Amino acid sequence: MILRLVWENVRFRPMRTLLSLMLIGMSVNIILTLVGITQGFVADMRRRSAGTGADVMVRPTGSSFGTGTNNTIPPTYVGYFGKQPHVVVSTGIMQVAAGRVFDMISGIDQAAFERMSGGLDFQEGHGFVKPRDAIVDTDYAAQLHLHVGSQLKLQNQMWTVCGIVGTGKLGHIFVRLEDLRDVTGATGLGQIYLKVDRPENVDSVVAALKATPQLADYPIFSMKEWLDLTSVDNISGVSIFLDVIIGFGVCTCILVVLMSMYLAVLQRTREIGILKSLGATKRLVMTLVLGESIVAGIGGTIAGILLSFLARQVLKTFVPASLPVAIVIGWWPKAGAIAIASALVGALYPGWKAVRQDPIEALAHE
Amino acid sequence: MSNGNVPENIIHLRDLRKVYKSGKVSVEALRGVNLDVPKGEFLSLVGPSGSGKSTLFHIVGGLTPPTSGEVIVGGIDVGKVSDAKRTELRRTSVAFVFQKFNLLPNLTARDNIRTALYIAGRPLDKFEDELRNVLELLGIEGRLDHRPSEMSGGEQQRVAIARALATGPAILLADEPTGNLDTANSQAVLNLLRDLNERLGQTILMITHNDEAAAYGHRIVHMRDGQIAG
Repeated sequence: MILRLVWENVRFRPMRTLLSLMLIGMSVNIILTLVGITQGFVADMRRRSAGTGADVMVRPTGSSFGTGTNNTIPPTYVGYFGKQPHVVVSTGIMQVAAGRVFDMISGIDQAAFERMSGGLDFQEGHGFVKPRDAIVDTDYAAQLHLHVGSQLKLQNQMWTVCGIVGTGKLGHIFVRLEDLRDVTGATGLGQIYLKVDRPENVDSVVAALKATPQLADYPIFSMKEWLDLTSVDNISGVSIFLDVIIGFGVCTCILVVLMSMYLAVLQRTREIGILKSLGATKRLVMTLVLGESIVAGIGGTIAGILLSFLARQVLKTFVPASLPVAIVIGWWPKAGAIAIASALVGALYPGWKAVRQDPIEALAHE
Repeated sequence: MSNGNVPENIIHLRDLRKVYKSGKVSVEALRGVNLDVPKGEFLSLVGPSGSGKSTLFHIVGGLTPPTSGEVIVGGIDVGKVSDAKRTELRRTSVAFVFQKFNLLPNLTARDNIRTALYIAGRPLDKFEDELRNVLELLGIEGRLDHRPSEMSGGEQQRVAIARALATGPAILLADEPTGNLDTANSQAVLNLLRDLNERLGQTILMITHNDEAAAYGHRIVHMRDGQIAG
């Protein structure tokens, strides 16, 4: 009967119920979408790192996983690594911000990079021909509506798109290494990738490099190790970011439900009086208010999940390269628990008001 | 309380007083009311606005405690028990019929009755069999799936009476039950109350302004200025 009463209350005022669900759904959606962006970003990073085809990665001194790179590795090291036993390809890359949030330009030696990665998958155009040529992947081309011959402003310079390649190899924007050096004035490299002749030799190559005294300060990873490290927990600040977002989501849910249930209790003053005149206990009155908030929490979660698909589609349409969004199903129960718990907390005060309602005054309420 | 052939008093009021305070102003709504209502009686309580009859109704129904005095309702001293006990009294011993019907607007007539049964801790599934006589008497068997907004005032009041009787209360408190009804429906409801009293032995305390309505009771008690006037 409690379920019936709760359900009929929810059904009786459909517009208020719908608004509450949508507002809770927005909070849930914000949590799910931002978690999806974070996870999607990390998954994209993993995919693109794996797409380089490299077996070993050497990072600049002073860098670690989860921090940005600095372009300080001497270029001469590329040749040095290339001469090590079992190393068949050694190539250095340079990475700088493109000037848009999250977008990086990768300066590459195209021939060496293609040998390592198995070749760039050209969908349109060709490789670098002249200075200030740029290659972009299909995601970035879709995001900025680029075609071969399009002009692109990067690092305050105009570049010409010479080729569009399939996504998933290192980055979204490639330029010639020497062009990027020229534009930035930097001479060092951000990373050196090595390809090893056979997979079983990777560990011995990494061990040998780590044992080299001159390389003692350089973080050296096998790609397997690097990919294992590529997770949300290992990227500095991301966990805090998520906690802050969840905190905002919780606060919003609480306020939405508080407002909604407070209005519901005010609207239903007379009905609460009727229930009390029938002998309804304080516990029953509180249960009905909390029950309604649970329905709002569950409905809001479903609305939030549906909205997260919509948000993903919107982001995928407009910024597929900059904000890759994943649908993180594992977060649905968490988001649901957050929404329901917040809804319950938000309903406590209205519930208390309902419980404290004087039955005579409530019955006299018009 | 039973004593030989003397009927048991189901309501027993002695020196009942109620003072409402609003800021520094005190209003004495009841000024020493003495009243006994035997079990099975249909009592009409008549008085002008402000005479204290509604306050008396609320105290007897356990909706508010008295300021002082003795209020024994169904063997419970309402003035000395906790709020929870008064809630229990409303759940088990008294039931209300209001002028404005006070049905839950979002529920059908059936669910309004089932809600009262649920609150009273009674089984819900067989109520139509158990209440067949009452439902027939009230003539609402065909209206059970309708919401209050889909019913006339007379029908709503009959559903309210069914809801009140569903839990088998010792006392039915009716506050101006015909106040919102036309003449035909008023007479129908009053006849119903008298029938319920005569056929089921239901104790009824009815508040009314209307002398004609009051005449349906066995006894008429007048109230004036917070006291029983006769």
